[in-house]
Amino acid sequence: MKLTVNGESREVAAGTLAGLLAELDYEGGWLATALNGEVVPARERDGCALADGDRIEILAPMKGG
Amino acid sequence: MLELYGQQVSSRLLLGTALYPSPAIMAEAIAASGADIVTVSLRRETSGGKTGGQFWSLIQSLDVRVLPNTAGCHSVKEAVTTAKMAREVFSTNWIKLEVIGNHDTLQPDVFGLVEAARVLSADGFEVFPYTTDDLIVAERLLDAGCKLLMPWCAPIGSARGPQNIDALRSLRGHFPDVPLIVDAGIGRPSHAATVMELGYDAVLLNTAVAKAVDPVAMASAFGKAVEAGRQAFLAGLLEPRDMAVPSTPVIGMAAFS
Repeated sequence: MKLTVNGESREVAAGTLAGLLAELDYEGGWLATALNGEVVPARERDGCALADGDRIEILAPMKGG
Repeated sequence: MLELYGQQVSSRLLLGTALYPSPAIMAEAIAASGADIVTVSLRRETSGGKTGGQFWSLIQSLDVRVLPNTAGCHSVKEAVTTAKMAREVFSTNWIKLEVIGNHDTLQPDVFGLVEAARVLSADGFEVFPYTTDDLIVAERLLDAGCKLLMPWCAPIGSARGPQNIDALRSLRGHFPDVPLIVDAGIGRPSHAATVMELGYDAVLLNTAVAKAVDPVAMASAFGKAVEAGRQAFLAGLLEPRDMAVPSTPVIGMAAFS
């Protein structure tokens, strides 16, 4: 399945958002995720099915002013 | 003591966490400033969550409250989505709301700002709106549910200091009971002291400390300036006069001729 993850095109096997994070080696309770522009809370990632062409954002705390 | 959305805040200096020479210097500067609120952001994580994790661990070790921002957002949708993601990650309803309207000046799109403030306030957020010094926009933001305002005094990162003292004074006069925080444009401690002398409740800055030759010393200087300005405001400042007024008594002068 082809997805856009943080702006980059990726070919992945995972069928859910939680699976995608594991497959791409993301870990940590401080990550925030969005699917096609909508926020997906951590507790809903297991049940969040992905489809070909989906756009996923994976964000983390960063310095800011 | 200053109260922001029901939370007591001991320092009237809020500090950003960006642009420091190193994380260690950032941590030292925050400690030296006395700030107990720091701003943070959310950005794309590229290394499996490790970069963000390290930064977040450091911030958590500092005993400060975080104020996440929506920096870089140019639309209501972007800002609202970023705010929701920040609420989950940082476990706070506080959000420094930025909806940027122009790339060159980084001035807020005040129309989008008001709309985003309304959406977020209705959703339980406690919004810290980065706005201009416009009085009517300020009124609209309060109508939208904001309980405090963060007007700029000059463009972000410009270090120019207060550009329109009359507008800042007008805001203070119109909203005596609303916490007012000058956010953006402060370049030196005297700028911070100036707005505090006007009766502003606090100052938020980043670049002026982070890009100083010695950020830790500058953080300390800003902490003192903010306190000095506040104390001067409370003490009651002398108004400027047109003519000289002698300070030494004129009665009792000796006559030598």
